[in-house]
Parts: sequence; C-alpha cells; structure tokens
Amino acid sequence: MERGLKDKILLAHGSGGKLAHELVEKSFLKALANPFLAKLDDSAVFDLSGRLAFTTDSYVVSPIFFPGGDIGKLAVYGTVNDLAMSGAKPLYLSLAFIIEEGLPQSELEEIVNSVQEAAKKARVEIVTGDTKVVHRGSADKLFINTSGVGIIPEGVNISGSNASPGDRVLLSGSIGDHGIAVLSQREGLSFSTQLESDCAPLGSLVAEMLVASPNIHCLRDPTRGGLATTLNELAKQSKVSIRIEEEKVPVREEVVAACEMLGFDPLYVANEGKLVAIVPAKDADKILKAMRENHYGRGAAIIGEVKAEHPGRVVMKTCLGASRIVDMLVGDLLPRIC
Amino acid sequence: MKFISEFRRSELAEGLISRIHRQSRTPVRFMEFCGGHTVTIFRYGIRQVLPKTIDMVSGPGCPICVTANADLDKAIALSQIPDVIIATFGDMLKVPGSHSSLQEVKANGADVRMVYSTMDALNIAKENPTKSVVFLGIGFETTAPTIAASILSAEEKGIRNYYVLSLHKLCPPVIRTILDSGEVKLHGLICPGHVSAIIGSHPWEFIARDYGIPCVVSGFEPLDILQCVDMLVTQVENGQSKVEIAYRRGVRPEGNREALKLMEQVFEPCPADWRGIGEVPDSGLRLRKEYQHFDAELAFDIEPGPPYEPKGCICGDILRGVKTPLDCQLFGKVCTPGYPVGPCMVSSEGSCSAYYLYGEGFEG
Repeated sequence: MERGLKDKILLAHGSGGKLAHELVEKSFLKALANPFLAKLDDSAVFDLSGRLAFTTDSYVVSPIFFPGGDIGKLAVYGTVNDLAMSGAKPLYLSLAFIIEEGLPQSELEEIVNSVQEAAKKARVEIVTGDTKVVHRGSADKLFINTSGVGIIPEGVNISGSNASPGDRVLLSGSIGDHGIAVLSQREGLSFSTQLESDCAPLGSLVAEMLVASPNIHCLRDPTRGGLATTLNELAKQSKVSIRIEEEKVPVREEVVAACEMLGFDPLYVANEGKLVAIVPAKDADKILKAMRENHYGRGAAIIGEVKAEHPGRVVMKTCLGASRIVDMLVGDLLPRIC
Repeated sequence: MKFISEFRRSELAEGLISRIHRQSRTPVRFMEFCGGHTVTIFRYGIRQVLPKTIDMVSGPGCPICVTANADLDKAIALSQIPDVIIATFGDMLKVPGSHSSLQEVKANGADVRMVYSTMDALNIAKENPTKSVVFLGIGFETTAPTIAASILSAEEKGIRNYYVLSLHKLCPPVIRTILDSGEVKLHGLICPGHVSAIIGSHPWEFIARDYGIPCVVSGFEPLDILQCVDMLVTQVENGQSKVEIAYRRGVRPEGNREALKLMEQVFEPCPADWRGIGEVPDSGLRLRKEYQHFDAELAFDIEPGPPYEPKGCICGDILRGVKTPLDCQLFGKVCTPGYPVGPCMVSSEGSCSAYYLYGEGFEG
C-alpha cells in the first residue's frame, strides 16, 4: 500500500505545497531543463521581433499511449504544427497538465520525457508550465494544454482564405494513420495492426517548402475531421471549390482495411503529421519536390486543383470516373483521438 | 490477394462498365435492397456510369431506418427506468423517436452506452450486477445470430440481469410485401451480401420463381456492384430469372449453418412493424418460450404512448422505393445529417444520408 501510494499522483501533488514542488523539480525541471524554466518565475520572459504567430490546443486522447506516440508527443507536435501552418517558425511552448489523481508517477514521467524528446525534435523550448490534479473521475488520466509562439518570415502570407482558381492541392503523405492507430487500441475494439500514428513535427517540412517557393497560399494539417473536413474548410474560407481525385490520395492498405471493417471513410479519419498545401500551379512541382525530399513529406502527392465555380464545394472524381461531393464530417466519428 | 483494393481497380471497372453499356438494351429498374450497397453506389458514383437504360432504386435494407417509431419509443421508455443501462450499437443513438432520441435522454442522465459487440453488453451486465442491462436488438439476419449467442452465453453463465429488446427484422418477407403491393415495378434485385452470408442464396429463390425477377447477391466493393449489375443485365437480356451469387468470397448458397442454428434455437418468427411499410407477417424475431426471461418487453412495464411521425417526412415512401430523397420537401433544407428529421438521414446506410453526403443530383 505504502509503495502503491508513493507511485501514484495524489491530489496533494497539485496543491502548490511540498509535494507539488517535489513533482515540479523531480519530474518536470529535470526532464525539460532550460534557462527559462530554471528561473522558476511566474512568467517566461523573452525578446522576439517580427510577425508573431500564437496558438493553443488541448489534448485529451484516449488511450494516452498509442502505437507511434503518446499524449505528450501529440501535445508538442500538435501545437508546433498549428504554428507551422501559418508559415511560422515555432519557438516557445507552454505546457499545462490536468492530472486525474491516481495516475502512476512512472506514466507521468514517461510522458514528460516524451514531451522533452518531441520538443527537441521540433526545435522548440517549453518555457512555462502548470500542473493541476483533480479528483478521480473528474478527468480521464491526463489532459494537456499547450500554447505556442513562432515567428513568420518576411514575405510569407499564408491563410485559409488565399486559395484561388487554378491553384494545385498538395498532400504530404498517406491519410488516416493516426486515427486508426489510436482506435486499434481502444477497449472493446482492439484489433491488431502494425500501423503507427503519423504524429510528427512539420516545422522543417514547411520551412523547406517555403524555401522552394514563398508563394504558398494555404497550409493546414488535416487533424480531427480528416482531409475531407480540411478541404471543406479551405473551400469555404477561400470561396472556391476544390476538385480532388480519389486515386491520387495516398491511403495505406491497412487503413483501407480497418476503415472497411469499422464503416469509416479514410477521408474523415484524423492525421497528426500530414499537411495540405494549396499553391499556385506554376510553383506546384518545385514545392512537391521539396516536400518529397523531407522525411515527413516523402509520400507527398498533387491530389487536385482549385476551381472558381460552386464556391464552398469539394468534389472528388471516384475510381470509376464518376464525381461525388465530399462533405464535412458531421458529428463525431472517432471520439477523443487527439 | 488484397480483398479491398483489388475490388476498386479502375481498369477492371472500365471493362465492366463498357460491357454493361454494350449489353443493356431493355429499359429496366433494379433495386438494391441493402443500405450498404446504397452507400457503395453513391460513394463511387455508380449510377452516373451506368447506361440510361438502367434505373436504380434503393430499397428498405437499412435496419435503423425501418425501425418503427413505436419501437424506438420503447427503447427510450426503457432508458427512463431507474437502474436500467441501455447498451446499443452507436448508429442508434441519434435516431429520433416520437419525442426524443437516445442521445438526448443520455445527455439528460439516462445510462445509455455504446458497444461494439453483444459480448460487450454482456460484460456490462456482469460488471453491474445490481443493474439491468437492455441490449437493443436492432438489425437483420446479420446481427441476430450474435445476439442469440449472447443470450445463450448469459443463460450458460447464469447472468440474470441481461435483457434484449428484440426488434430484429427478416429480409425476404419484406421483399415479398413490396412486390405484392405493386407500387414499384422491378426487373432485378441486388440481394444483400451480409444477410446472404448468413441465410444463403436459397431464401431468394421465390423472387426469381414466383415473380420472374432476376436476383444476384452482391458484395460491397464497386467492382462487386458492377459485376452484379452486369449479371442482372445478362439475365434480363436473355429472358432469364434465377438467383446467382456475385459474392462468392462471402456467400455460400446454403449460408452459414452454425449461425442459422443459433438464431433458430433462440428466436422464432413473428409479425414485425416496418416504418413506411406496416406490419409484415413472419418478418420479425421474438425470443422462444425457453428464453423469454431475457425479453426486455416482458421484464419491464413500459407504456411509451402513441407514436408520432414528423410532419412532411417521407422516409416511409423512400424505404418502399416509391420516392427518392429528392422528392422530399425537407431534404437538405430542414433535414440534414446534423439536424435529421427522419431516420434515413441519420443512419450512415440511409438513402437520404447517402444522397446528401455524396451529392446525388448535383451538377458538377
């Protein structure tokens, strides 16, 4: 019993008292060590100049460990990717934990280490943080919120409203890997697959795409709601239509099979390491080449183009040569995958 | 062999499509009975690639859509009984009954849980011995055997707090009713693949024999459907009417004997109420006497009150194949997947949902 208690997070760990300080020092500062955190001040203070991008996201994925990642890695990459999608170079992140009492300390440590590893890979620093512990049942193991800031290089103007007729639609790789990998671990649904989440930081990919051409019109990572929802958002925001071809959209055979079994359409399944880019036709080939040369874009493809007629609509040419509308996701297909 | 991508290959599809175009001379109307087929047909745009001679109409093969409001109201009434846990497949949650949906009563505090299999429901019963678990038995011959298995397992393990609300429906009898009504003239039937995997192809023989309508059992990939249409066209053009299987990898003529045995052991046929069609003799399943202690309707005293049908909703006509969603005044305006009025817009296999999501009838 004594040992069991010692190993678990208790309400006192979030009280601001002695146990809380111990937790911060042992679990967080050790792993995330950097000069900003070491000061132990209430705010991180830093100098920045240029156009800033600022974003926030909360992570509630269940289970917290899944093939190819965990909630910590997701919380870093998710926010880093949101910054990258505005063309920004991600720099600093905040990290806030809401922990359900009883979480094994070892699991928390594993996740903090994973946060650190992910931050290193994404070349960002965790500069401020917070921990709260709530009663059993008030949260599900662990929720994380991260916010982030980054700097947008000169001459870059990326927005979901910039797509214009004639533009090409690029996708950085296969869709649906994350959603299906997480789902395969769900209680009551577990099925065996070799598939791993595609959870990845996209900052370097975006930076290299911008080197190939700074004229990128739109960038977005198709997370919840999948590719279909992202394309619909872009079509509506830019008041254009988007036409894609089913056979050009890369989907792994395992994802196709799992989707058939579960009754899902891969177009609606979440991704955590993919991006959609809408770029002028004349720049499409060089941007595609740059994408394919980056580790996280090696499966990139041009999947369609932007048209003027029927603004807001996404249409797909099927493998039979027919056309159909691709609508937004309605309701929740896969609850709590990020 | 890859069992999915092989059945989506565009070059093979092209071959089948041009064969159908070459062969088809007589104007015909084919019905796909099954909602799963409806989804494939819309998702791949199959109607667009068929010749003008072939008119496709969707049938009543969506178990959620054909569940009558009076039956949905029973499920909702059961959810209001203290210490009752409703276990259901996820599709049922959003379906509107006369006054409410399971999703709404859940938000108001009823214990409604989504499960992926009947055995999950049985486990909930085992883990909650002081509560009663009611599984909503909604589905065709495909799901009935798994529910029968859960009842046999509960009996064997002495689980006494597990109940089933049996709203199962059987497919062949309802086809007979639709054909007898004479409302829709059919020249071919695409028979359901999963249902036939259980019951086999023999139960469809009467359609070919008594009504002279060609029948082909189909799988669910676009090439399956195209092959099935091709086989139907061949029968029509040769003046034949027989039952064929275009889904050999899933269906044997005699069906799945084990599954049928389970089903027959636990259930017996009874009349069932179908939305839009009414009562169809021998098209439902009720628990046999030996298993009646698992029957939720007998175990609990519920009085859901008279059912109410939403004004303007033509789901019933659509399920009989008499009208299409485009004939409905509510379609796409008042009734959308986000705010469905009728069940055909809720269920992923419903015709209205397929028309809406895949944009049948859109120009472009």
